Amino acid sequence: MRDVAVIAFAHYMVGRDREHNEVELISPVVRAAVAQSGIPQGEIGFTVSGSCDYLSGGPFTFVGGLDAVGAWPPIKESHVEMDAAWALYEAWVAIQVGDVDSALIYGFGKSSSADITEVFSLQNDPYYVAPLWPSTIDMAALAASAALAGGVTTERDIAEFTAACHQAAKANPHAISASSRSADELLEAPVTHPPLREADIAPITDGAVAVVIAAAELAAEVCERPAWIRGIEHRIEPQALGVRDITSSASTRAAAEAAGVGGAPVEVAEIHAQFGHEGPLLARALGLGPETVVNPSGGPLGANPIMSTGLIRIGEVAERVWSGDIARGVAHATQGPCLQQNLVCVLEGEKS
Amino acid sequence: MTDGAATDVLVETHVLEYPGGYTRSVGPVVGKFLSGLADAKILGARTSDGRVIVPPLEYDPATAEPIGEFVDVGPTGVVTAWTWVTDPRPDKSPLDHPFGFALILLDGADTAMLHAVDVVGPDAMSVGMRVEPRWAAERIGSILDITAFVPEGTAGTPPPPPDSSTEPVTGIVSPVRLTYEINAGVAQSIYLRGLQEHKIIGQRAKDSEEVYVPPRGTDPTTGALTEIDVEVADTGTVTTFCVVNVGGLSELAPEIPYVCAQILLDGGNTPWFGLVQGIDAEDVHMGLRVKAVWADELSPSAESIKWFEPTGEPDAPYESYRSYA
Repeated sequence: MRDVAVIAFAHYMVGRDREHNEVELISPVVRAAVAQSGIPQGEIGFTVSGSCDYLSGGPFTFVGGLDAVGAWPPIKESHVEMDAAWALYEAWVAIQVGDVDSALIYGFGKSSSADITEVFSLQNDPYYVAPLWPSTIDMAALAASAALAGGVTTERDIAEFTAACHQAAKANPHAISASSRSADELLEAPVTHPPLREADIAPITDGAVAVVIAAAELAAEVCERPAWIRGIEHRIEPQALGVRDITSSASTRAAAEAAGVGGAPVEVAEIHAQFGHEGPLLARALGLGPETVVNPSGGPLGANPIMSTGLIRIGEVAERVWSGDIARGVAHATQGPCLQQNLVCVLEGEKS
Repeated sequence: MTDGAATDVLVETHVLEYPGGYTRSVGPVVGKFLSGLADAKILGARTSDGRVIVPPLEYDPATAEPIGEFVDVGPTGVVTAWTWVTDPRPDKSPLDHPFGFALILLDGADTAMLHAVDVVGPDAMSVGMRVEPRWAAERIGSILDITAFVPEGTAGTPPPPPDSSTEPVTGIVSPVRLTYEINAGVAQSIYLRGLQEHKIIGQRAKDSEEVYVPPRGTDPTTGALTEIDVEVADTGTVTTFCVVNVGGLSELAPEIPYVCAQILLDGGNTPWFGLVQGIDAEDVHMGLRVKAVWADELSPSAESIKWFEPTGEPDAPYESYRSYA
């Protein structure tokens, strides 16, 4: 295995961006991340993006995103129709194969262009589920209901996770949904999507993210304290809700075990929990204990730029490694209804 | 970057729709289940280890083995998880008044299925509640043949199956309609508003002489921001073209045959798409000099330029556009 590190991270998040098109959304974060990396853009070996054409309602809109990167002379490039955390995984594999020594990864999306909860209803089974048009919130609420009924979590656990995220988000200048409300106060708010409350649902967010990763020699050359990727794995479950346990996230557990999360203490975990109940559920699947600070950035409940949110988790952990605040952290990303597919990435300050 | 409406950025409503809906073939397993619904029956499929999956999948998700025999399940069952929909989605949600969504474990099944529950309010929903399907009068072999589940003992007798129910279901139609609000962004808005002023405005980056028109906000070769607006001429050179002999491609298209061309506008560095009229299609050629014909009513839209016509000038020398051809 080659040692690979995260060496640059830039992101942009806003509730509703009525000013910029997708290219204009991506361009500033890509330029910021490339500048931060210290690697001239023309020398970056591979470019991979993560996005979803259904967000803008046009075919191949991801190709237009290339205008923000500079693709002439032609560059080595790829795209995943997934959160950009999976684009980082592809880039990591390319570096492992030895084709390249560095990669630029970016994600982008406007959640505000359409009813995002309806757009993603189209990803459901077209025969049995999609004709009923359950929204992403409906699906998540069903998982929350099952988790409560199964005794996996409690209304108070959910409220405490949501409150902690919103309180942490106050310290994040990029966050768009922050509050000092306590769990007790949240529990008094009306239940809008039983058993979830409005605060338990990630806010509609537009945004973009860019990250640069590099192999050992290059990373050490351009970055004082690289955030080394010590494990990165992803796992998927069947689509049908009925045939999997939506209260335990078995795929997160499997990815965490394969990535070696439990091998040493985890100081910080940034988890892709877009709904309050997913916090306690994922913490358990990742094997996190009370010593781990979860979502110090506020997480997706603070800001949730779809298709970028997962990669931002990796960037948030990397920043804390660069600064020396932590020696070891875990980032988690998810995709699909009710945590169908999950990626886990372990970042450390010391090389293996 | 601000969260709010920027006054000069253009916004347009965009509808993504597949007229008539997507048609999907269902295959033997889904088809058997849907055919059962038309008969007011719910079928599950038994896996090799004896579990019953409802609705049936082609393969056991645990072992990837093909599923075995079909078995009748339910029609009664128990709610294992639920939520409440306060605002049904017009033309999409299964019911037009507030309703519940639930995971329902039918009697005899080992997996729960998602469906709607029609009760008066969320207080009438609970995990553990017993339900049964309420069948549609007209059943076609769709998950919507069950209009909703209702508390056990309240659905009444299912209406008889239609005569056609003996025909196995082989396909479904999936209507899709999504409405978007798209904004053009800063650069394209400058360009589109220019058209309304009888101007063609491109952009270039600070350290480049390459003018991109229409501009997208960045120099596509370097990714640098194109911050400098540059008005280009409405005259240019045909760098390449194609003769269209197929009619009906667009409501705005002229009568066939007509010519679509890449036109390098004078002062611009990216060939630009336009129609060429005022000349027989067979006479259009590379190097032809053309000029825009503007619409009588100008708007911030590509429709402000109707087409291009020959200027009558001598052809541009090949060297002047060879790197764009």
